[in-house]
Amino acid sequence: MSDHDYTPSSKVGKWFNDRLPLLTLANHLTDYPTPKNLNYWWTFGGILTFCLITQIVTGLTLAMHYIAHADMAFESVEHIMRDVNYGWLIRYIHANGASMFFLAVYIHIFRSLFYGSYKSPREIIWIIGIIIYLLMMAAAFMGYVLPWGQMSFWGATVITNLFSAIPLVGEGIVTWLWGGYSVDNPTLTRFFTLHYLIPFLILGLVVLHIWALHVPGNNNPVGIDIKKPSKDTVPFHPYIVIKDGFALLMFMIVFAFFVFYSPNILGHADNYIEANPMVTPAHIVPEWYLLPFYAILRSVPDKLLGVVAMLSAILILAVLPWLDTSKIRSAVFRPLYKQFYWILVADVLILGYMGAMPAEGLYLLIARVATAYYFLHFLVILPVLGFKEKTIPVPLSITESVLGGTPNLAAARNRESSEKLK
Amino acid sequence: MSDKKPERRDFLFTASYAVGAVGAAAVVWPLIDQMNPDASVKALASTEVDVGSVKRGNTITVLWRGKPVFIRRRTEEEIKEARSVKMEDLIHPEKDEDRAKNPEWLVMLGVCTHLGCVPLNDKGDYDGWFCPCHGSHYDTSGRIRKGPAPLNMEVPKYEFVNANTIKIG
Repeated sequence: MSDHDYTPSSKVGKWFNDRLPLLTLANHLTDYPTPKNLNYWWTFGGILTFCLITQIVTGLTLAMHYIAHADMAFESVEHIMRDVNYGWLIRYIHANGASMFFLAVYIHIFRSLFYGSYKSPREIIWIIGIIIYLLMMAAAFMGYVLPWGQMSFWGATVITNLFSAIPLVGEGIVTWLWGGYSVDNPTLTRFFTLHYLIPFLILGLVVLHIWALHVPGNNNPVGIDIKKPSKDTVPFHPYIVIKDGFALLMFMIVFAFFVFYSPNILGHADNYIEANPMVTPAHIVPEWYLLPFYAILRSVPDKLLGVVAMLSAILILAVLPWLDTSKIRSAVFRPLYKQFYWILVADVLILGYMGAMPAEGLYLLIARVATAYYFLHFLVILPVLGFKEKTIPVPLSITESVLGGTPNLAAARNRESSEKLK
Repeated sequence: MSDKKPERRDFLFTASYAVGAVGAAAVVWPLIDQMNPDASVKALASTEVDVGSVKRGNTITVLWRGKPVFIRRRTEEEIKEARSVKMEDLIHPEKDEDRAKNPEWLVMLGVCTHLGCVPLNDKGDYDGWFCPCHGSHYDTSGRIRKGPAPLNMEVPKYEFVNANTIKIG
C-alpha cells in the first residue's frame, strides 16, 4: 500500500510486525500522502466515522435496557428516559445521532458530486459508499420502529407494504417480513436483531471504503491527479488529523445543541403515543432524511411505479460514474455543470419539503415537476453535458493551484503550449 | 475449452457442485422459513363478533389477525349508492352484490390496499372511506375510486353464526 518500506525501531516491534504487520498499517495511515489543498468539505469522512462509533457505543448501552417485545418496548424506552442513570442523555444522543449521521452523509455525498470524486479511478469507493448509505437508511428505519410508538408502527407498516407492490410474490414477501398478518411482535424482534447487526456491516464496509480510497488517494478541490514525486501532498498526520479534529469539534457543537436544547425537534410527537393497530395517525411523515424519496414515491399515482421510481432515485447514484461523461472531475472547471449542480441541490431540498407536505394540489404538482427534474439531471443532462460543455483548463499541478490562486486562463494555456513544445 | 472432450473429472466437478448447491439450499431454507408466521400466529385465525348493538349507519372496528376489520351496518341510501355504480367507473371492478351478500352488512379489512394504513370512516369524495396517508378514496362498498391504492378493501372470509354474531376467518 505504502510507497516506502517500514521497519519498526524497537526489537519487539520488529518481531511483532514480522508476524502481523499492524505497525506497517499504522505507519501507512500516519504517513498517508494527502493533497495539501483539501478544504473543509473533506473533513466529513472523519466526522462520519465519529458518528458511526457514537451510534454503536450509545446503541450498545441502550440495548442493555431496552426490551424488544410489543407489550414492553414502549415502556422500556420510557424506563430508559426516566429511570436509567443518564438514560435520557444516551437515548437523545442515539436518536439525534441518527440525524447528525445523515446530515454528515448528505454533505459528504454532495461534496463528491461537486468535485467529481465518484469518477475514475474512484468508482468502487463511490459504490461502496452508496451501499453504506442504503444500509444506513435500513438501520435508521428499523431503529425508528423499536420505541413502538404510533409513528414507529405505521412507518413500519407503510415501508414494509412497499414490497407488496412486487407482482405475484409481493404479498408473500410482506407476510414473511412481518412474521404474521400485520406488523406485530415477530416484526419487532427481527427488526431489533437487524438493527443491531447493520452497524457492524457498515463498519466492515467503511474499512473497505477507506481501503479503496487509499489505493488512488484522495480526490481534491481541483480534481487533478497528484504528481509523484512532488510537493502536492502532506502526511495525514498531523496535518489532516488536526484539520479533521477541528471540524469535528465544530460539528459536535451542532450535535450538542440538538441533544441538549431541542432533542425532540427532529422527531414526531405522535411517537410518544404507544402503537395502536386500530388507528392510523392523521399525517404520516418519515424522518427528515428520507423525505425527498418519500416525495418521489407519492408523486407517482401508480403503486408499483411509485415504488420503482423511489428505488431508482437511490440506485441511479450507483451508476453515476458512467452517466457523467465529462473527463473533468471538479465543478470548479465546469461552468455549466456547476450551475446544474446547484439546481440539483435546490431540487432535492424542494423534494424534501414536498415530502413533508400533504400530497395534494400545488404541493403534488411541484413534487411531480421536481421528481421529473431529478431523473432528467442524471439521465439526460449529465450524459449530454460531458460532450457539449466547454470546460476551463485545469491547473497543471495542485501546487500551482495553491500558490497561484484562481487559475489564470491565459497563463494556463501558455504553459500548456510550452509543455507541448518540450 | 469447447474443443476439449468432457472427462471423468469434469463430471465429478459438476456432480459435486450440484450436490453442494442442493445441500446449501436445504440448510438455508429453515433459516428463511423461520421468519414466516409461526404456529401461534396462525392459531389466532378466527374471531367471533357480536353485532347486535350496531345501529344503521354505524361502523364498528374489530381486531382480527392484528388487523382492523370494519363491520358497517349500511343505510338504504348507502346500499343504493353502492349498487348503482357502473362497473366501468371502477378501478377494481367488483359488484357490491358480491362484496356484501347481506346488503345491510359490509364486512372488510380496514386496511388501505396502497400501503396498509387504516382509512377513516365517513370521509372522502365517495361517502365511504378516506385514507389519510396517501389520499385514497373508497366508496360505500369499500371499493377504490380515487388515489394510489390499486385494489378495493379486501373482504375476508366470514359468516353469520346467528342473526347477531359474525364469525371472521
